[in-house]
Amino acid sequence: MRGDQINLQNVIARSATTVPSPQVRHGGVEKVTKLIDVSVCIGCKACQVACSEWNDLRDEVGECDGTYNNPQDLTPESFEVMRFSEYENEQGNLEWLIRKDNCMHCAEPGCLKACPAPGAIVQYANGIVDFNSEHCIGCGYCVAGCPFDIPRISKKDNKAYKCTLCSDRVFNGLEPACVKSCPTSAIMFGTKEDMLDYGAGRVENLQERGYANAGIYDPAGVGGTHVVYVLQHADKPEIYSGLPKDPHISPTVELWKGVTKPIMSALLGASVLAGFFHYMIKGPKEEPEDDPDPEKAAQAREIDRREEDRP
Amino acid sequence: MSHSNVNKGILRYGWWSRTNHWIVAICFVLLTLSGLALFYPAFFGLTALFGGPEPTRIAHPYIGVFMSIFFLIQAVRFFTDNLFRRYDVQWVKHMPDMLSNRDDRLPAVGKNNAGQKAVYWIFLLTVPILLITGVVLWRPWIADGMPIWALRWAAMIHAFTAFIAIITLVIHVYSAIWVKGSVRAMTQGRVSHAWARHHHKLWYDDVVNNRDPEGQTRPQARTTTTPERPKEP
Repeated sequence: MRGDQINLQNVIARSATTVPSPQVRHGGVEKVTKLIDVSVCIGCKACQVACSEWNDLRDEVGECDGTYNNPQDLTPESFEVMRFSEYENEQGNLEWLIRKDNCMHCAEPGCLKACPAPGAIVQYANGIVDFNSEHCIGCGYCVAGCPFDIPRISKKDNKAYKCTLCSDRVFNGLEPACVKSCPTSAIMFGTKEDMLDYGAGRVENLQERGYANAGIYDPAGVGGTHVVYVLQHADKPEIYSGLPKDPHISPTVELWKGVTKPIMSALLGASVLAGFFHYMIKGPKEEPEDDPDPEKAAQAREIDRREEDRP
Repeated sequence: MSHSNVNKGILRYGWWSRTNHWIVAICFVLLTLSGLALFYPAFFGLTALFGGPEPTRIAHPYIGVFMSIFFLIQAVRFFTDNLFRRYDVQWVKHMPDMLSNRDDRLPAVGKNNAGQKAVYWIFLLTVPILLITGVVLWRPWIADGMPIWALRWAAMIHAFTAFIAIITLVIHVYSAIWVKGSVRAMTQGRVSHAWARHHHKLWYDDVVNNRDPEGQTRPQARTTTTPERPKEP
């Protein structure tokens, strides 16, 4: 159903596609952003429930591992999870850091770069990175490409899944389901500009309250993200259940999917042409004829005869 | 004189060598086509040959594992023929002559020349790398249990190694088209005396003198209807 509703005329980037995507209808489209204010989150998981409900996801009820993390990790049917970590700050006090983990919707998405299936991953003019699972071939390259370990491959249909930022709701002027459900306004949604503005105010507030290193997490290594965090300790994002400090597309992925591919492709074509033209210029090595000397030719035929007798 | 190599000439590749070679060759071509489809968008249309994009992704690793088994058998059987010898150095030095068809200036070589040996060793190096990195990436069976750094390295190494292997394949196929008589050697098994003497003099001498040449090249009984005769003393 979602696929039918998507306006596919404002696609600014498309996986495995070397020509421009249809994007004339991107004029005036503002970049959207979801802001997650970790300092306000109470860990109620209403967003997880809203996500499952809106997206018609019914993940298996897992087991409790003794923490509040449930499910313990993202799955093909859990597009977001709350990650709880207990942090002891400089004053020796406990801080309960609860981070809503989901796709960051990078401006330079590693998943899209790695994907070999044309159009299986698209980036809309509003910044949302979406999996068009109908074109997904289940290779899992997006898993290798993602700097945040987000995509999950379903065992049911071998397709990759992740948070869509409720692209279907956003196209219809609604905020994502998680935003709608949040009781403390820890999740906000709007244009990127507005969210950074709002976030700056939140950071200021936190700094006044003594969180000297409070800041916005909008990592430049992936061109900025369309999901940003307000963190009390922006200097140490790793303490928030391993949020990467300087995420970027891995150099291995760059080497694998960068300029080397077209160059190698061209060289393969060139090698075939080189063979063709070598044949045209130098000609084949013709089957050697028998010796023109009749005596030697006779000897060869004699050997042939003997060879024939060989068992 | 005709070169009807089925009836006359020297046995260069026995029935199993030929069959083995073509099993590997067919698989290799299928792997190249399906692999290139996912290698670069320009080749994505090749997925149509395999019933669509996802079937291509599914088929590729199975063909790869199947080929690897037969490749291993062939690699073992062809091993001794492909050990580099002193004369190979001379042959390599005469590359320009070889490429310009000035074959009279080339040194005599054994069953394989240095180019053929190089192809053997490149494949012997690339196929295991492709197998290992390919297995790491294999979905849904293996890749789920692999760390992400392993997936990244495997994908990168797989692509670069495949590039080397495919270039080698192009050279290998072109050489077969270029050197007349060699396709017949691998399809019908036999080469003419003139061909053997011209291209592989040392091997030819071994064969006609009934010496056991390198490895499995000892002339074998023909599979055609040649009657059994006692071995010459």
